[in-house]
Amino acid sequence: MSRRVLELQQVIQRLHEVAPRLGRTARFMEVCGTHTVNAFRSGLRSLLPDNVQLLSGPGCPVCVTSQGEIDRIIHLATQPNVILCTYGDMIRVTGSTSSLADARAAGADIRVIYSTLDAVQIAVGNPHRQVVLAAVGFETTTPATAIAILEAERLELDNFTVLASHKCILPALEALLDSGKVQVDGFVCPGHVAVVTGAEVFRSIVHRYRLSCVITGFEGPQIAAALLRLTELRLGGMPRLENLYPQAVSPEGNPRALAAIARVFEPVDAVWRGLGMLPESALGIRAAFSEFDARRRFDLPEHEPPEPRGCVCGSVITGRASPDQCPHFAVACTPAHPIGPCMVSSEGTCAAWFKYAAHPRRRAPSPLHEQEVPT
Amino acid sequence: MSLIEHKPLERRAAPSEQGRIMLAHGGGGQLTDELINHTILPRLGNADLDELLDAAEVTLVAAEVALTIDSYVVQPLQFPGGDIGRLSICGTVNDLAVTGAEPLAIALSMIVAEGFDRHLLGQILDSVRATADEADVRVVTGDTKVVPATAADGIYLTTAGIGRRIGPRLHPRQIRPGDRILINGPIADHGLAVMLAREMPHVQSPLRSDIAPLNSLIRRILEDVPTVAFMRDPTRGGLAGVVAEVAQRQKLHVTIDERQIPLRPETWHAAEMLGLDPLEVANEGKVVAFVRPDTAEQVLQIMRDHPLGREAAIIGQVDDDGPPVCEVLTRIGGRRVLHKPYGEQLPRIC
Repeated sequence: MSRRVLELQQVIQRLHEVAPRLGRTARFMEVCGTHTVNAFRSGLRSLLPDNVQLLSGPGCPVCVTSQGEIDRIIHLATQPNVILCTYGDMIRVTGSTSSLADARAAGADIRVIYSTLDAVQIAVGNPHRQVVLAAVGFETTTPATAIAILEAERLELDNFTVLASHKCILPALEALLDSGKVQVDGFVCPGHVAVVTGAEVFRSIVHRYRLSCVITGFEGPQIAAALLRLTELRLGGMPRLENLYPQAVSPEGNPRALAAIARVFEPVDAVWRGLGMLPESALGIRAAFSEFDARRRFDLPEHEPPEPRGCVCGSVITGRASPDQCPHFAVACTPAHPIGPCMVSSEGTCAAWFKYAAHPRRRAPSPLHEQEVPT
Repeated sequence: MSLIEHKPLERRAAPSEQGRIMLAHGGGGQLTDELINHTILPRLGNADLDELLDAAEVTLVAAEVALTIDSYVVQPLQFPGGDIGRLSICGTVNDLAVTGAEPLAIALSMIVAEGFDRHLLGQILDSVRATADEADVRVVTGDTKVVPATAADGIYLTTAGIGRRIGPRLHPRQIRPGDRILINGPIADHGLAVMLAREMPHVQSPLRSDIAPLNSLIRRILEDVPTVAFMRDPTRGGLAGVVAEVAQRQKLHVTIDERQIPLRPETWHAAEMLGLDPLEVANEGKVVAFVRPDTAEQVLQIMRDHPLGREAAIIGQVDDDGPPVCEVLTRIGGRRVLHKPYGEQLPRIC
């Protein structure tokens, strides 16, 4: 048995020893799609004590993207002479009427990219067509978008634009906590985001809300270690910021990545699915780079349609409902026929539940907590 | 023993293989003859194919014949470890083999885009021939069509194959509680090698497709262990697709142990990078076998004695009770349910 598994067993055993001392159920929230998936995929969830719950917060970038924004991406994809470049997750997300997969089947030129610079290369190779990069993601992917725009500027491209839907994780956590609708006992903080932002970005959560934040990596054992620390910190009563991923995360972050973001982007207000309009919660392209801003170069629909009827994705991504409390979950809404974005993205909470949780609809829905589920 | 008369191949003069495929190459006229005689027959020719009849005759001694057909549209056409030609033979040979049939003959249909590089077509056909030889099967008839360049992405191959059943009929209905599940080696190499070659051609990776004809390995298993319940090649949908479907359709609880599933570190890393689950990624040289518990060790040994099964492992079993799902015992000792994958593998954002 590997050392890693042995260490994990010790962590799990320790967690089972200390958890009863909580005297109640502790609810810790992760805010990263990779954490969501790996907590299931590694089998970690099946090993946790009953009174230590792992909630999935607004950490899947596809899931927090508003339906209006998805409609705008599809609108761009269906314009004549446009090549739309996107990360793979977005392909199946439905807007108010269709998805990029539908648009692709109807003839739109949609390319799945792995690096933002692939999109720049496509623009170089197709000088007579407009190449639009639909850039979605948290601080993890924002530097790559900034670098693509800087590269397009260096190459003096006039056929490359970006529809930037980049969001910042901290305003979302603050909005969630300010709403008073969610009760959490601490956060499992995403290592990828912290690599860019630095660990200190989460300090304000500790100070303002008296909640511990533990930054960790993405494998089952690392998530388990964070849950143990959060439980111990809860028992100790003194909230702290801890970094369990120091090999990748420094206190101040990646200065070059932060500089690239600051040069190209500025804070803007944005609509989040489930959270609504949050001031200065996203990153918009600065006026100095407006020629690369698809919002300025194209006429885009501005509407914000209501979320699909009965879909509780908004509550799911704020930790107020578990997927099996949604009337659509595993009935009308499945990964093959998703209704809400939490089912579409492979990182979405509903998709992870559907995929990895024990036969969702075989059990009666069990309320995880006392909050009301909006319908 | 082959049931088809086999004459030694007469190689023709090496043709000139420059230039591109034109629409007229598929028109059934002189240019089609030229393509057949200079590019196809020198590579694939044999007593049956050389006749250029509308249908080849296959003499069957056995009464029970397996028939299968598959189309191949892979991009890129050549990838580390194989190409579309090798794939078109292995896919059909393996589909026959896992049902317990020995491949007898293959029909090959090609849809080629106008402008396709003739030299590349030659390489693909060389690969068809070499793989058919490796699998001890022949292409006995075929067809070529050429379509306008915008109507197809390079070349599509379709192969149909017939086979003669060599053992008992294999069917998932025969799977029983207690049966053990085996696989002949590391998973996910094919799908990830192809995906890396297609999406990240600049990435240097040691990954190679596992693509191989499995009929000789499977023949050895069936000759020695006639009680094998069921076999399937975990191609699209991967290992997850096979075991989840068995659990669901046969209403059996299946457990597989992730710690026992062979997986190369470089494959694991590639899957992590692309945000894919190796259990869901395609294989082209793997067979999943459901066997009676008292024969599991014997089948394992037969696999390991074969070049295509050196890293074979017993990876799970069919349980006595429990809901009709496949559960995975994870590397860290947890459990999760394994479902059939959606169908289009989409890499994650981060």
